[in-house]
Amino acid sequence: MAKVTHSQKACTVNPLKMSQPIGSALAFMGIKNCMPLFHGSQGCTSFGLVLFVRHFKEAIPLQTTAMSEVATVLGGLENVEQAIVTIANRQKPSIIGISSTGVTETKGDDVDGYLKLIREKHPELDHIALVYVSTPDFKDAFQDGWAKTVTRMIEQLVDPVPADAARDPAKVNLLPGAHVTPGDLDELRDLIEAFGLEPVILPDLSGSLDGHVPDDFTPTTIGGIGLEEIAAMGRAQHTIAVGEQMRPAAEAMEKKTGIPYTLFDRLTGLEVNDDFIALLAGLSGRPVPNKIKRQRSQLVDAMLDGHFHFGGKRVAIGAEPDLLWTLSSWFRELGAEVAAAVTTTESPLLERIATAEVLIGDLEDLEKRAADCDLLVTHSHGRQAAERLAIPFYRIGIPMFDRLGAAHQTIVGYRGTRNLIFEIGNMFIASGHEPNPETWSLPEETGHVGEKALAAH
Amino acid sequence: MSSLSSKIQDVFNEPGCGKNQGKSEKERKKGCTKQLQPGGAAGGCAFDGAKIALQPITDVAHLVHGPIACEGNSWDNRGSKSSGSNLWRTGFTTDINETDVVFGGEKRLYKSVKEIIEKYDPPAVFVYQTCVPAMIGDDIDAVCKAASKKFGKPVIPVNSPGFVGPKNLGNKLAGEAILDHVIGTEEPEYTTPYDINIIGEYNLSGELWQVKPLLDELGIRILCCISGDAKYHDVACSHRAKAAMMVCSKSMINIARKMEERYGIPFFEGSFYGIEDTSEALREISRLLIERGAPAELMERTEALIAREEARAWAGIEPYKQRLAGKKVLLITGGVKSWSVVAALQEAGLEVVGTSVKKSTKEDKDRIKELMGEDAHMIDDMSPREMYKMLKEAKADIMLSGGRSQFVALKAKMPWLDINQERHHAYMGYVGMVELVKEIDKALSNPVWEQVRKRAPWEETTWEERADAAIAAEAAALAADPALAKAQRRSARICKCKAVDRGTIEDAILEHGLDSVEAVTERTHAGSGCTGCTGTIAGILDSIEDWRPGSVDEPAKQAA
Repeated sequence: MAKVTHSQKACTVNPLKMSQPIGSALAFMGIKNCMPLFHGSQGCTSFGLVLFVRHFKEAIPLQTTAMSEVATVLGGLENVEQAIVTIANRQKPSIIGISSTGVTETKGDDVDGYLKLIREKHPELDHIALVYVSTPDFKDAFQDGWAKTVTRMIEQLVDPVPADAARDPAKVNLLPGAHVTPGDLDELRDLIEAFGLEPVILPDLSGSLDGHVPDDFTPTTIGGIGLEEIAAMGRAQHTIAVGEQMRPAAEAMEKKTGIPYTLFDRLTGLEVNDDFIALLAGLSGRPVPNKIKRQRSQLVDAMLDGHFHFGGKRVAIGAEPDLLWTLSSWFRELGAEVAAAVTTTESPLLERIATAEVLIGDLEDLEKRAADCDLLVTHSHGRQAAERLAIPFYRIGIPMFDRLGAAHQTIVGYRGTRNLIFEIGNMFIASGHEPNPETWSLPEETGHVGEKALAAH
Repeated sequence: MSSLSSKIQDVFNEPGCGKNQGKSEKERKKGCTKQLQPGGAAGGCAFDGAKIALQPITDVAHLVHGPIACEGNSWDNRGSKSSGSNLWRTGFTTDINETDVVFGGEKRLYKSVKEIIEKYDPPAVFVYQTCVPAMIGDDIDAVCKAASKKFGKPVIPVNSPGFVGPKNLGNKLAGEAILDHVIGTEEPEYTTPYDINIIGEYNLSGELWQVKPLLDELGIRILCCISGDAKYHDVACSHRAKAAMMVCSKSMINIARKMEERYGIPFFEGSFYGIEDTSEALREISRLLIERGAPAELMERTEALIAREEARAWAGIEPYKQRLAGKKVLLITGGVKSWSVVAALQEAGLEVVGTSVKKSTKEDKDRIKELMGEDAHMIDDMSPREMYKMLKEAKADIMLSGGRSQFVALKAKMPWLDINQERHHAYMGYVGMVELVKEIDKALSNPVWEQVRKRAPWEETTWEERADAAIAAEAAALAADPALAKAQRRSARICKCKAVDRGTIEDAILEHGLDSVEAVTERTHAGSGCTGCTGTIAGILDSIEDWRPGSVDEPAKQAA
């Protein structure tokens, strides 16, 4: 339905997009006792680190190979080796997740080759998993980095299982996309557990970046999914993936273990959640719990109460493809129109979005297209545009640095969808324009003959 | 007789009210006060009505003398708009306590007025009497008089404690208060032959401003709108208008008529809802002004404006007409709005399948018949269950009503549009009509309906299906058993006030050969309460051929 276009500008103004390596690093942060490592210069790491600190308001484990000018030209083997040894000695992680960056990809470092050499040279590091993902900054975007990393982890860390192996009927794998927040994960976990099923979440940010106060200090990630759990994922009965970006990961899981998968391209909205709950009921062989039926009914009611405020509203959204798809489909279902859509990277979903054009561009493009919109929806960097446009602004996505509770923003499930209706509906209500005596004044050119008549007296 | 009860008698004696004049002297004394049925009544009280009527006067302080409930529970619930002061939105109440109830609240009231004048310096303070201080004998008239003298500012008593009657009576008592204490107390800076009053318009959602530009262009000055966006000074000077338009006869007919009587200001009743009605109202305003001395060329200009603005409105509606053609509307609203909205909707190509006439007069109903044809489905009073059934059976696409019945539509997952006072959109004049059509289109085309009507995958039957099945089973049982159908028909409670069922009325008609509503009322007392059921009684009389025993149609009609 939508025409997908690319910005023809030479200069990106107010970027919407964030780089692949930090998407990759975030995925690694959902693994227990992990140290994400950027193979790049120090700045690559520090910017990503600051961005996550501001968003999550948590300590973020992230290390760097600290490539210098000389090291970059000569190749990074030594830096990678040194970094791994240092991290292994100091932080004692179970896994080091290595993401390449623009600078090392430009040089063409063969990190897979390096790791082979390092493994041979350092048998004392055998107990530490090393996962490397190629994530050049100059290609793709945040959600791609995340998706590639999860796929890579499945390929490397999940134990292969023959297709006809015995399964644990209680276990369900959950592969969330980069746009699924820790709050969303909590909600999905609750829903899955309500059917007596046990979700195995890869990666699991809900344990690591959900904003809780840990019992003790650890320099690596806290919480998250453990390596043994990842290895055992092949024995689950089903895989549920959330977001189109997770298709390759779900396929990789199926290829390696024979587990069938169901992909939900979104979990915000009534119908999609009906499908999700029906799947869980089917997998578990249990009836839908009353609690969930009640939540569904509350969502229907919220849609009825809320639709008045959404009908006919024009919305401008800037988000990564999976989040853009989620939000635009949901806005459409409530009667709003997606008048401007800007995203960061390619996805098969883009042309299915119910809008005239989806632009792969920046926030300047979004601002230009949002001129006569009623709401701007994007991450915190959109706030200045919204101010200039004098329209309400709903923050969603990463980074969200000027609001509290980014990690807990929950839009999945019946309950999350219901809350989203209230949050955005309330913004529409609050921004309603009060009429004044001039609101309905007649067009100037009609000429106010009556004024003369009145003035004569 | 206390001044309040004599005032109420005075209001009941309203010669401008056709319905009132049709009654006997004795009947008239009882007034139009609906005798509310304990356990079966919901609606505002006289205090509510008085506050609604006067609160849109924007620059005065509205002080509610009573316990916290009266103002505390109700303030800030109406969307009148102001072009100037917003003092009307400040909630003032004496919030009387136990001590006041025992020793009297007059002192507190006086002090409250003093504080308000010191802090806010409004041009006037309106003091609303409520039930509790009325019961303990607080004399607000005396307090207001004393305060007025002491502070040199008008302090206006509005004597309308809730228990004297319903909202509608309160509207009229409010009118009496400003007739007695405000109107005619000041003089305008200047007058023109083009000065009019608009009476009974509250500027909800700023609707007045959809019409004012039209009048502005014609050079017609709204000397005062009572009471939407009015200022105290405007109301005080309003007796100098040359003519008046009464928008809602139900609430302020006494003001219109008494201003005609006292100051010779002719008035007409009109409506700004709907394209044709708006044009008609503009013509009528011009006609009255010309009669009172405005130049005749005003009519030419009016016609030119009407032609131009109607064309603009039609052009605005045009894009929707095709989308809305054949769409069916169920209209549940009150009073004068029912016919003016019917006309308006028909202009947009919508089909009105039913309309409520609960608060409509006979003329209103005739007008509806004229518009919708003799078969017009008029609904007197309707339980939510009947309303649901109606929505289903008439297969309406959308229901338009006030906020209170919205949930019948919404829970039945039917599109619904608020056309009552709590609405957020303005629907007056030419632009308002286009807005209404736009809103209907928006509601109908919202994809949310498709979503919410979806059944949950695990659900075997929905409650709608169960309700439909119950309705169908009931109908089938009645069709199969004429005796049961007859019993069912006869057991319907027609007069709720006097608890008279249909069987009693039918028997009385047959036995005594009754042929008028009055005769039925005389025999059975049905219709002697709130008179809301007289339409239904007339209907029973009209359809005697259908239900009289031995009538050929009887079994078929019973089944229906």
